[in-house]
Amino acid sequence: MRLILEKRLEASTGMAIASPFIAFTLTLVAGGIIFALRGNNPFAALYVYFVEPLTAWWSVEQLIVKAAPLVLIATGLAVAYRANVWNIGAEGQLYAGAIASGIVPVMYPQWQSPLVLILMLVLGTMGGMVWGAIPAILRNRFRANEILTSLMLVYVIQLVLDYLVRGPWRDPQGFNFPKSITFEGWQTLPFITSSVHAGVLFAVVAGVALWFLMANTLKGFEVIVSGQAPRAARFAGFSEKRTVMFCFLLSGGLAGLAGATEVAGVINQLQPQVSPGYGFTAIIVAFLGRLNPIGVIFAGLLLALSYLGGEAAQMSLGISDKIARVFQGILLMFILICDTFILYRVRFERPSR
Amino acid sequence: MTPRLEAHNVVKIFGTLRANDDVSLSVMPGEIHAFLGENGAGKSTLVKMIYGALQPTSGQFLWDGKSMQVANPAAARALGIGMVFQHFSLFEALTVAENIALAMPGAFDLSALSNRITTVSNDYGLPLAPDSVVADLSVGERQRVEIIRCLLQEPKLLIMDEPTSVLTPQEADQLFVVLKRLAGQGCSVLYISHRLDEVKGLCDAATILRHGKVVAQVDPKNESAASLARLMVGSDLHQIRHAAEYMKGRDRLILDRLSLPADGPFSTPLRDISLRVHAGEVMAIAGVAGNGQSELFDAISGERKSAATMVMADEADVSQRSISQRRKAGMAFVAEERLGHGAVPNMPLSSNTVLTRHAWDRDIASRGLVKKSAVHLTKDRIVKDYDVRKGKVDPEARALSGGNLQKFVMGRELDRKPGILVVNQPTWGVDAGAAAAIRQALIDLARSGSAVLVISQDLDEIFEMADRIAVISRGQLSEAKPAGELTREAIGLMMAGAHEKAVA
Repeated sequence: MRLILEKRLEASTGMAIASPFIAFTLTLVAGGIIFALRGNNPFAALYVYFVEPLTAWWSVEQLIVKAAPLVLIATGLAVAYRANVWNIGAEGQLYAGAIASGIVPVMYPQWQSPLVLILMLVLGTMGGMVWGAIPAILRNRFRANEILTSLMLVYVIQLVLDYLVRGPWRDPQGFNFPKSITFEGWQTLPFITSSVHAGVLFAVVAGVALWFLMANTLKGFEVIVSGQAPRAARFAGFSEKRTVMFCFLLSGGLAGLAGATEVAGVINQLQPQVSPGYGFTAIIVAFLGRLNPIGVIFAGLLLALSYLGGEAAQMSLGISDKIARVFQGILLMFILICDTFILYRVRFERPSR
Repeated sequence: MTPRLEAHNVVKIFGTLRANDDVSLSVMPGEIHAFLGENGAGKSTLVKMIYGALQPTSGQFLWDGKSMQVANPAAARALGIGMVFQHFSLFEALTVAENIALAMPGAFDLSALSNRITTVSNDYGLPLAPDSVVADLSVGERQRVEIIRCLLQEPKLLIMDEPTSVLTPQEADQLFVVLKRLAGQGCSVLYISHRLDEVKGLCDAATILRHGKVVAQVDPKNESAASLARLMVGSDLHQIRHAAEYMKGRDRLILDRLSLPADGPFSTPLRDISLRVHAGEVMAIAGVAGNGQSELFDAISGERKSAATMVMADEADVSQRSISQRRKAGMAFVAEERLGHGAVPNMPLSSNTVLTRHAWDRDIASRGLVKKSAVHLTKDRIVKDYDVRKGKVDPEARALSGGNLQKFVMGRELDRKPGILVVNQPTWGVDAGAAAAIRQALIDLARSGSAVLVISQDLDEIFEMADRIAVISRGQLSEAKPAGELTREAIGLMMAGAHEKAVA
C-alpha cells in the first residue's frame, strides 16, 4: 500500500472552507498534548486558554481591542498575498506608522484640536506607506526579494523608534525612562465603550472595503491575475510593477494606521515596544482568513484570543505568555498542511503486480 | 520470429476515464511501427506505460517473448528502450556532452564520452559537436542530441513522439534516413505522428487508436492519407471552404523595419521585419519554432514596445502603445501558450473572459468595476458560438481539454470581430475536427474585411488557409508571396535560412 498525493482536477471549495476549522481542531489537540506533557490537565488548561477569556465582558472588550490591529493589518496583507507580493514586514510598517503619528503630539504638545487626531492618523498611514514603498521600489528596480527586504526593514525601524524615545523624543519629566510624553485629549482616540477605542471601526471598514475591492473591481481582478499567472497579467495589460507598488502601499498604509491607532488608542505615548508582534501574527490571520478580507475579521478575533489566552495561562497556570507564540506557530503550520488538500487529494494505491 | 514488443489487452484507467481500453499490438524487430490517433486518443498513455512512467491497470507487456515489468524509465532504458520526447529535456546552459553525460548511468569520463558522441553522430550522419552549448543549437540539432543520447545506449526499441513537428521538411528527410538505417540494423521504432504522408512513406505497420481503443491495424503503404484520417477521426474530415478569392483591400497592419534586441540569453532578436497585411486576407508566417515567432508576437501585441512607426494599425502608429490601447484600436491577439499566457489556469472561464476584454468592452468593465452578469452573458455566448465543451457551467480553464480551451481563447477574440487579429499557433495540440473549425473561422473573419495574421509551424495548416506566406528564420522575415506560387520545398529552404541577409 502506498500513499499518493495527486492534484485535483479543480480546487476543492469544501476543503477551502473546512481547512481552517480542521487546522484549529488539530491545534487544540496538539496544545492539549503540550499541556499534558507539562503535567497540566489538558482540558482544564485549554478551558483557561480558549474559553475563560470569553466569559467576562471586560475581557471580550480586550479581545476586540487586540483584534483591531490584527484585522487592519491582515486585510492589507491578504490582498498583497493574493498578488504573490510577500510583505513580511508589516510589523515594521506598524512601527513607522506609530513614529509618524507621534510627530505632531511630540513636536506640538500644547496643540489641542480635532485636527491633531486626524493628522496623527493620516501621518501614521503615510508613514506605513513610505516604509512599505521601500521594498516595493527595491523589487521593481533591482528585483530584490521583498520577503528579505521587508523583513529586515522591521529591525531598522524598531531601532529608529528606540533611538527617538531614548534620545530626542524622550519625556524631559520622565525620570529617564525611554518613553515620550503622555498624549492627552485630541492626541488620543475617543472611546466607544469603557475600554474599546474608536480605532476598532477602521478595522471593520477596511475589511468590508477590501472585500468589495477584491470581489467587484477591476483592481481586485488585476491583483488576483497578477498573483496567479504573471504572464497572463501582462497579456491582459496589467503592469507587474504597478501591482507590487499598489500592494505595498495598501498593506503598508493599513499597518501604519494600525500603528497610529495603537499609539492614540491604547498606549497613548511612544515607547521602545509599541506592538507585541501584531505585524507578524497578522500573517497567520491573513492565511487563516483564507486571504479573504471578511474571513480575516473572524480570524483576527481568534488570534486575538490566543494573546488573551496566553496572559490567562500565565496568570492561572504559571506558564510563560510566550505560549501564545507557540499556539500561533502550531496553528499556522496546520493551516498550511490542511491547505495542501485544497489542491491535492490523497489516494491509496496497491502496488501493481 | 519473436516480436520485440507485445502488448496484450492493456487497460489503463484514470478515475472514470479509460485512457487505454483493451489495447493489443506487436512490434517486430527492425519494424517501424506507426502509432496514430487524435489528441486524447490514448497514444501517450500507452507509450508512457512502455517507457515505465505509468503502470497499466491490467493487461501485460511482453519483451522478446518474455513478460516485462517496467517500474520506471531507468528500468526501461536498461532493457534497451529509448525515447525521444516531443518536448526536449535539455539544459540550455550546458554543452552537448554534459547533457548526455547527465543521462548516463554511473560515473562518466567526459572526454571519452565526447569521442563516442562524435563517432556515433558521424556514423549515423547526424553531425554534432560535443562541446557546443545547447542554447546555440537549432531545434533540429537539439533533437539530434536527444537521439544520440538514446543511440549511445544501443536501444532495441526507439520511441519517437511527433519528432518532425519541429523540423523543416529537409531536416525531416534526414531523420527518416537515420530511422530506416536503425531499422535495418534490427532496432524497432515506435513512431507517433499526426502527419499521415510521413507515416505512409516511412512505416511498415500502423496501429490506430480512437478513444483509447485500437480501431485498426493496417499497412500504411496500402492506405491513402484520407483513409488513414478517416480511421483516426471516425468520419470524413470537414473540408475547408475558401470563399471567392479575396479582393486586395487596404493595408490594415503594417510592420516597417521592425527590430528588437533579444529579451534574455535564450531569446531571438528581431531584425528589420517588414510586412503588410491587407484587409480581407489571411497572411501566414511559417518557420521552425524558436526563430523569433514569440518575440514577433509580443512586439505586435504590445507586450514589448518598439521604436516609433515600426508597428502601424489602421494608419495609427501603435508602436509605443500598451496592449490595452492596441486592443482599443481594434486589434486582438491569441497567444501560443493557452495556460498561463492566454488564460489563467486556476480561474473560471468567466474571469478569463474579462482578461482580454476589460480595456475596451464597456459592458464588462467600466469605472473600475467588473459587471459580473454581463461577464457571464459574454462567456455563455462565446461557449455557445464556438462549441466549447465543458463539464460544469463555469469550470476553471485548466479543467478544459486543450482543444476546447483553444476554441474558447479563439472565440473570446473572434467574438468582437476584430479588425486585426494576430494568432500564434492557432491549432497547436488541437484535434482535427476542432482545428478545421478554427481555421474556417479565421478565413471567414478575413473575408469579412479583417486582416488576419497567423504564425504557425504547421505547413499543412498554412497551405490550407493562407492567401500569402512569409517565412521567419533567426529573427528575419522573407518577402511575403502568394500561397499558390510557393511549394513546400521552397518554404523548407527558407525555413532553413535561405533568405537571410548576412548579419553585419
